[in-house]
Amino acid sequence: MEALYTVFIDPFVQMVEAPDFLLQVLWEGLVSGVLYSLIALGFVLIFKSSRIFNFAQGIMVVFAALTLVGLHENGVPAWAAVPLTLLVMYGLAFSIERVVLRPLINQPDIVLFMATIGVTLFLIGFGEFVFGGENKVMITEQLGIPVGSLEFEPFGGFLLIEEKDVTAVALAILLVVGLLTFLNKSSMGRAIRALGDDHQAALSVGISLSTIWVLVWFIAGVIALVTGIVWGARAGVSFALEVIAYKALPVLMLGGLESVSGAIIGGLAIGILEKLFEIYWGQPLLGGNTETWFAFIFALIVLLFRPQGLFGEKIIERI
Amino acid sequence: MFYRTAGQFKTSYAADQALYPIRQDAVLLGLVLLIAYVVLPLTANEFTFRALLVPVLIYALASLGLNILTGFAGQLSLGTGAFMGVGAYACYKLLTIFPDMNIVIALFLSGFFSAGVGVAFGLPSLRIKGFYLAIATLAAQFFLVWLFEKAGWLYNYNASGAIEVRTLDLFGLTVTGPTATPITQYYFVLVTVTVITLLTINLTRGRYGRTWKAVRDMDIAAELVGINLMRAKLTAFAVSSYIIGISGALLVFFFKGAAEPNLFDIESSFLILFIAIIGGLGSILGNFLGAILIVALPVILNVIPDAFGIPINSATFEHINDMIIGALIVTILIVEPHGLARFWAVIREKLIIWPFPH
Repeated sequence: MEALYTVFIDPFVQMVEAPDFLLQVLWEGLVSGVLYSLIALGFVLIFKSSRIFNFAQGIMVVFAALTLVGLHENGVPAWAAVPLTLLVMYGLAFSIERVVLRPLINQPDIVLFMATIGVTLFLIGFGEFVFGGENKVMITEQLGIPVGSLEFEPFGGFLLIEEKDVTAVALAILLVVGLLTFLNKSSMGRAIRALGDDHQAALSVGISLSTIWVLVWFIAGVIALVTGIVWGARAGVSFALEVIAYKALPVLMLGGLESVSGAIIGGLAIGILEKLFEIYWGQPLLGGNTETWFAFIFALIVLLFRPQGLFGEKIIERI
Repeated sequence: MFYRTAGQFKTSYAADQALYPIRQDAVLLGLVLLIAYVVLPLTANEFTFRALLVPVLIYALASLGLNILTGFAGQLSLGTGAFMGVGAYACYKLLTIFPDMNIVIALFLSGFFSAGVGVAFGLPSLRIKGFYLAIATLAAQFFLVWLFEKAGWLYNYNASGAIEVRTLDLFGLTVTGPTATPITQYYFVLVTVTVITLLTINLTRGRYGRTWKAVRDMDIAAELVGINLMRAKLTAFAVSSYIIGISGALLVFFFKGAAEPNLFDIESSFLILFIAIIGGLGSILGNFLGAILIVALPVILNVIPDAFGIPINSATFEHINDMIIGALIVTILIVEPHGLARFWAVIREKLIIWPFPH
């Protein structure tokens, strides 16, 4: 009985007793949820258009952030470093398509998945070779991102919101809106969606597979750069950032591998729920650090009821 | 020409169903075993044993386990590292609770624990498939490693949080711990790996192996012809995790000597997946070829700059190492997506018809 109380009643009592702290936790969860969504978005775009499970998305985030900071360190002003980084990401997308993907067309999914892990290893080595392995500080101020913090006093309590987190959320919303507009309104975006629906049909109406793949990987690179900037502003730029790629995987499971809206909603849900679980259940009851696995177990349980994720395409199987 | 099979007549079912019905295959295998059991122990030095031979064997065994699940039964798993951990911690706890237990018995019992955990995390495979299942096995990976860190009981509440192997004897020979000689450890690992590989070859040839392959090729069709999908998938998980668990226990007891939870992190899962895929999914031989390439290559690459006297600092070197391995993986996948085992199959085919091209 006592145990049941500590698990099912006490955490909620704490939440009601300190609503300002709860709001703080929710906000923190929301911000990390936004970042998970962004990474998952990169995954989804590539998976939709090429059925490639792109494991390299995480390292692309690190690579983009490192390139940006590295360029700035070498005397390139911040306003010029961003377009230059985008150029590098385009080069990366182009060479991945040319060197890795094109020879592997029509291979089983798992081979392509392994190839992206190979790319990940290569990029880790390459990035460390060029930029060095030590931590770097994101050029937050030079990019014009505010660094102050806002204080609120809801319910007579205290709530601290960092301005760069607000910028992160705003930037992410802007990116998502832009991306959705691009996908739904432009002819290129339609081509991407067509390719996602059916490769053969898309090819037969004259959509170029390789152009679209380069484009999609480039968009994933842009998303990676934005993620790298906002996450780097929070936690510094290092290869440890790569592990957030793992956090995007349960988001994909939850939202469905093909769904853009699933990636966004799944990311936010997981960001918030894992923070709540960590603060109210994980730390007092389980010794903390539950964030490493909570998202996976949660997604797993949801998946048992909906095998294709919350928003994924219904799996139809034929013989 | 070199591999001519003409004239080898089978006059009984037993001969026809032998493990290696073609004489040249059997001779080749005998040669490999001779090298492994006699030539290498006579010639290898301590460094070769510790850095090359023992890890290659252990990782080949882990890859064999994964290959049963992914290559034969078609269920993609990314939790291999954690299942190795379960085997290692189970073996450690067994030897703590029963200090007089024979190491061989402890080793083979510890496999059952990882098999149990494997089946538990394999249950979702009945509902979910493909990459969704792969991500689901990541749940096992992260949850179990977290458990290894947090559950003090598992590592006997050591201050270091690591498990340490004490000295154990078998038939009067010291096999584990700092005083064991590398050659005894090598033989122990070699015999274990040989026995399990032999059992696995037979298992994959038999009823279960065929069921797994049917499920891999198309699970709905397999179900329609009367295969019990649940039993097929769960036995694959059980057998696979059993072997992986034993390889984990071997890794800690005969190679590392001590283990912290991060030994079993996601990197190790990927390493073993690499071995299985580079070697060739659905092949037994491939695991060994892949392990030789993936495990031995970094060690050999490490020795090269010293051998040529090139002054290069170790950090830079490690980065180049990563690049080389990454590029190599992509190259092999492009050249032969079915892995190194297929290379051997092609060579063998060529040898049979040589000197004629068809």
